[in-house]
Amino acid sequence: MTKQVYFQDVAVGGELPSLMKQPTSRQLVMWAGASGDLNPIHYDKDYAIKRGLPGVIVHGQLAGCFLGQLITDWAGDGGNLKKLTLSYKGMNFPGEALTCRGVVTRKYVEDDRHFVVCNIWVENPRGEKTVTGTATVTLPAGD
Amino acid sequence: MADEASKLKEKVGLELEAVVCDIEKGTLRRFAQALGDPNPLWQDEEYAVKTRYGGIIAPPTLALTLGFSRIQQMLTSDPSLTVLHGSTELEPYQPIRPGDVVTVSTRIARVRERPGKMGSTLFVTFEITCRNQRQEMVARCRQMAIIY
Repeated sequence: MTKQVYFQDVAVGGELPSLMKQPTSRQLVMWAGASGDLNPIHYDKDYAIKRGLPGVIVHGQLAGCFLGQLITDWAGDGGNLKKLTLSYKGMNFPGEALTCRGVVTRKYVEDDRHFVVCNIWVENPRGEKTVTGTATVTLPAGD
Repeated sequence: MADEASKLKEKVGLELEAVVCDIEKGTLRRFAQALGDPNPLWQDEEYAVKTRYGGIIAPPTLALTLGFSRIQQMLTSDPSLTVLHGSTELEPYQPIRPGDVVTVSTRIARVRERPGKMGSTLFVTFEITCRNQRQEMVARCRQMAIIY
């Protein structure tokens, strides 16, 4: 994996390395199977249209778990995800490029543990935030 | 819809039947592949044994999917309703590992009804706890569904 990030190296306002994703309809089917989310709006176009949707949409929680990956990629093996909150604000469509981003909003030490809080979001090609949330992680302190 | 709302409101506090999940290496692999997450900590034993975990662990977000189908079944049993995902909360307490047996308990915590242009909308919140075979809490989750 990439180099470990340490608490002492993190600054409020600092950006996390972004993560690009482009879920395909094939990935949605894999996700339906792996996650148990078998809502047909994610793989059955006729059904989705009948429900008033423009077509098949990406599972909110798949896009949300992309943000989980953004965090575990950044925090590395030495970091721990303590809390993740996600709000599904808009629909994502298969084939669209999604960019997962994060920015550090707070850092603090409690009980000798080093916490960092980030705002995180998924951005579609039109710059709209379709999933927003926060992540709290602990990081190793550093030297 | 009014019917559905009152039916669901009566279910506040109800515990859904617990789901027992046998976590295997394949569970982790399928999840990581579906997510498109190549982190070797989830799949590469040789790599993971050298980390502080001493072996592969599941991505923390795996907990969000355990027992999720139970919620789905309950909410999508009426084909006239559209079910969307509103929000998610996850608090992982310890890693889930291959060989773990995770029992997922789901409780309907809250049902809110809001009138809208296309009829009323329901917001249903589920509280989920995941315990391993040693009865240790591995994660707590909260899921909110939007139904109209």
